Amino acid sequence: MDTMFKESVKMSWQNIIHNKMRSFLTILGVLIGVTAIIALISIVQGVTDNITGEVMKMGANKITVQIAGTPLKQGLTQTDINEIAQIENLKGVSPTVSGQTSIVYNGEVMEEVAVQGNNDVHFANSDELLETGRPITIVDVESKNRVCLIGQDVVKELFPAESPINKEIIINGVTHTIIGTLQKSSGFSASSPDQSVVVPYTTAMSLIGTGYVPALDIYVEDEALAPETTAEVESALLTAFNYNEDGFRIVNMQNILDTVEQMTGTMSMLLAGIAAISLVVGGIGIMNMMLVTVTERTTEIGLRKALGAKPGTIQLQFVLEALFLSLFGGILGLICGIFISFVGTMAIGVEFTLVGYSIPLALGFSAVIGLAFGYAPAKKASRLNPIDALRSV
Amino acid sequence: MNTILNMKDIVKTYRMGDEEQRVLNEINFNVEQGEFVTILGPSGSGKSTLMNIIGCLDVPTSGNYDLNGNDVAHMDEETLSEVRNREIGFIFQQFQLLPRLSALDNVELPLIYAGVSEKERKQRAKAMLEKVGLGTKLKNKPNQLSGGQQQRVAIARALITQPTILLADEPTGALDQKTGVQIMELFQELHAEGKTIVMITHDEKIARHGSRIVKILDGTLTEYRQEDEQHG
Repeated sequence: MDTMFKESVKMSWQNIIHNKMRSFLTILGVLIGVTAIIALISIVQGVTDNITGEVMKMGANKITVQIAGTPLKQGLTQTDINEIAQIENLKGVSPTVSGQTSIVYNGEVMEEVAVQGNNDVHFANSDELLETGRPITIVDVESKNRVCLIGQDVVKELFPAESPINKEIIINGVTHTIIGTLQKSSGFSASSPDQSVVVPYTTAMSLIGTGYVPALDIYVEDEALAPETTAEVESALLTAFNYNEDGFRIVNMQNILDTVEQMTGTMSMLLAGIAAISLVVGGIGIMNMMLVTVTERTTEIGLRKALGAKPGTIQLQFVLEALFLSLFGGILGLICGIFISFVGTMAIGVEFTLVGYSIPLALGFSAVIGLAFGYAPAKKASRLNPIDALRSV
Repeated sequence: MNTILNMKDIVKTYRMGDEEQRVLNEINFNVEQGEFVTILGPSGSGKSTLMNIIGCLDVPTSGNYDLNGNDVAHMDEETLSEVRNREIGFIFQQFQLLPRLSALDNVELPLIYAGVSEKERKQRAKAMLEKVGLGTKLKNKPNQLSGGQQQRVAIARALITQPTILLADEPTGALDQKTGVQIMELFQELHAEGKTIVMITHDEKIARHGSRIVKILDGTLTEYRQEDEQHG
């Protein structure tokens, strides 16, 4: 049987080589199908990784709460915040109060500067915030200290030639001492922190003249328990807003991430499905060529049978021929696919990643196509009657 | 004498629409070891059908056929393949060589299906081609050989498995007179070596190279008698 298999492989191969042009045209269908699958999977994966990376940068361990409030209560009170801070598995709660005003230093006015109130937790959970100086401390928050950190645009505009640390600026008519500067923002953010000043949130509340906090960033200790923690936060918020569900909105980064992955996953499946259609078309091409081959070689098949080839041996030879054609197309498609996805990801500007499972997927798919579409012609060949076959000369 | 081919009451019928056509009519036919039998008959006499059954390419509708101890009449396709490979050496009118293979590779073919190792195949095929006088043409493709040379390659291929019977169907039909005679001389050499040969032909002159002639006409087999020759 070993001899037979080896010879079948050799014979199949010789037949493919003998009809080079025809073989190449035949495998083109599978080649294009596999190219499409590999390229689509890689490019979609690259884009997904890119989006996921950006979302992860915003923090998967962060639960953001946005307060719309009710007519009677426009935000969270300090008591509500203290209540939420009691929830288990929390690293900390960072209230955010924001407004817009003008600031003055040394008689120079800067308009439309965002004033953001934060606390120590905000700084503790992001090492990409502080450029120089010190962050806001819990003491600053509790004593409503008039201190602030300024963004890079503010530094450029008001302190072009000197260090801003310990200088005093006037925010909304109140004098604040600069304790630090903020890092230049990476750009991927809705509000630019460059054109802003950060003060303790208690200070910001007095500046803006509000008793309510409109937003919270809640940092989770154990990311795995984030869903449970989110549920507890929700129940606390429901209590705070008298069970009015429209009073607030909870944004969990993990949820966003899941949505993104689900979306791109669906997209890859859809694209791969379209590519799979071209694989099937390629398979039909192979089947067509195999049927032609069987007809062409009727006499040869008859002779081989007369000389002692069993139906199974003939079938094996033709199935192998279809399998080789298809696999060859698959391998060429794999190479083309990798090349195209490399160029494609470079063009879009995302990182090129070769998805591990795409190689066995492509080769497995083309092998299955070859076997499935080679089976019928091979069966036909094996059933040829040697007498009729020999007579057809 | 050792009977290696024994056919008893072989009947072959084909259905042609509603009609049943009896192509072979209770054929009784024996071949002894070492005989060179020719089956003489015009086209349409049933000789091709008889050859197919002798060659195990087809099975009879009824009757018994024993070939070297194999009950051929009742075998499935798989086993028939094995019997063909082991017991029969085919020689065809149109040579039936595979055009893409060299002479050596063509001769090797039956040994591949017999499961013989590559090294042994090459040795035996080379020896057999030398025996039929083509020792210098091993690498030639069929289209680089003359008709007579091609038929010699085919004969070498038929001999390679050392079959019980050499079965030749009009072996000189595609050759000119002179080459045909040379092929017949080769047949007679093989016969002299003790090979058993069954040859089918419509040509009485060619048939006379055999040691015994049987005639087939309308599906019935008869021994060839001297008066047939005189009247013919």
